Amino acid sequence: MSERKHPDSARREFLKKGAATAGLALAPGVMLYGVAQARTADEPVTSAVRWGMLIDTTRCANGCDACIRACEAEQGLGDETHGRAGQRTQYMRKVELRNKATGAIHSLPMMCQHCENPPCADVCPTGASFKRADGIVLVDRHICIGCRYCMMACPYKARSFVHETLTEQRPDNPRGKGCVESCNMCVHRVDAGGTPACVEACAAEGKHAIVFGDLNDPSSEIAQRVKTYASTQVRADLGLNPGVRYTGI
Amino acid sequence: MKQLSILSRLVPALLVLLLAAPASGDGRVPGPVVSPAVKGDQCVEDTDVMRRRHMDFLKHQRDETMHRGIRTEQHSLKACLTCHVTPEQAYHGDSQEGHFCKNCHEYAAVKIDCFECHATQPERDQAGRVQGELGEGATRLLSHLARPETNETGASE
Repeated sequence: MSERKHPDSARREFLKKGAATAGLALAPGVMLYGVAQARTADEPVTSAVRWGMLIDTTRCANGCDACIRACEAEQGLGDETHGRAGQRTQYMRKVELRNKATGAIHSLPMMCQHCENPPCADVCPTGASFKRADGIVLVDRHICIGCRYCMMACPYKARSFVHETLTEQRPDNPRGKGCVESCNMCVHRVDAGGTPACVEACAAEGKHAIVFGDLNDPSSEIAQRVKTYASTQVRADLGLNPGVRYTGI
Repeated sequence: MKQLSILSRLVPALLVLLLAAPASGDGRVPGPVVSPAVKGDQCVEDTDVMRRRHMDFLKHQRDETMHRGIRTEQHSLKACLTCHVTPEQAYHGDSQEGHFCKNCHEYAAVKIDCFECHATQPERDQAGRVQGELGEGATRLLSHLARPETNETGASE
């Protein structure tokens, strides 16, 4: 009998070896292991996953708006022509914090914080604002009546209202007049196994200020980082447990 | 008796008139222009099922996608557009010929909300491909994979 292995078993062993060495040291004590298993298109999202972001404000540069531009291009924003500038849709905005005592200035992106207990969903009279099982907070614009109660309830000022008729929307982000909208964590990309556009753009700028991943997966980079380093929730006093956390503020 | 003979002559004449009316030409009311699919010749369901129930499929799929993250393509609006609409046809445009959805909805006087928010046409990527369309490399790879395997014995150790 020959000792020749079945081609499939040889492949399997190769994959096993690869998986064993896939850990990557990101920083002392922070290891990145393989990417979590992707969901297939017909599987519903589950609460086993909780998507989140960790934003390192020390890496976020003053005056850099790469994330915002990427967001607008990805989601098809910025084509409103009639409204006042203050009414323009923004899923993300840059906020500058200045410490009066020391004069230190922090710049950070602010968007929907994807709360575990979202106040927008609490107040929504139709159920249009909701939190998906995997922690992404969305507006179901099929049932949004445009009352804007959620905009009042959001402590992060993360939501916008579309005031005018729109055309030329992106296929992955249907949006129209009379509905409230906000950052959806690029849910179409996430469902396809990708990362949000802002995260990619920030990395492309060489800043790497935003880490995206599954907070529930102990081996993910984001879980390792929040475990290792101190991070802050904005308005932690409200007890909303946002999925977006910050370091360096 | 005379009346009866007139009737007997009138009835066939009337019948001929009645039967001839629908058959004379393609109907008094022109039908909607149904543009052929851009790609493929087989829809996700039979044509008569799609004509009656596409709105039910879409509404079901929309909730599945929105709330449960299920993104199968069979009944998704995006997949409809990929097959039935070219990237150049816009729902809001003036063209009467083009848009597959628009032609029938206008004919049937159906006011739908889909395209107040949803993209009315598929997008081309930077390489000029429609979303969901495979590039040349991928097509070659698929045809290569579809070939019967011939030299699988080389994997021995």
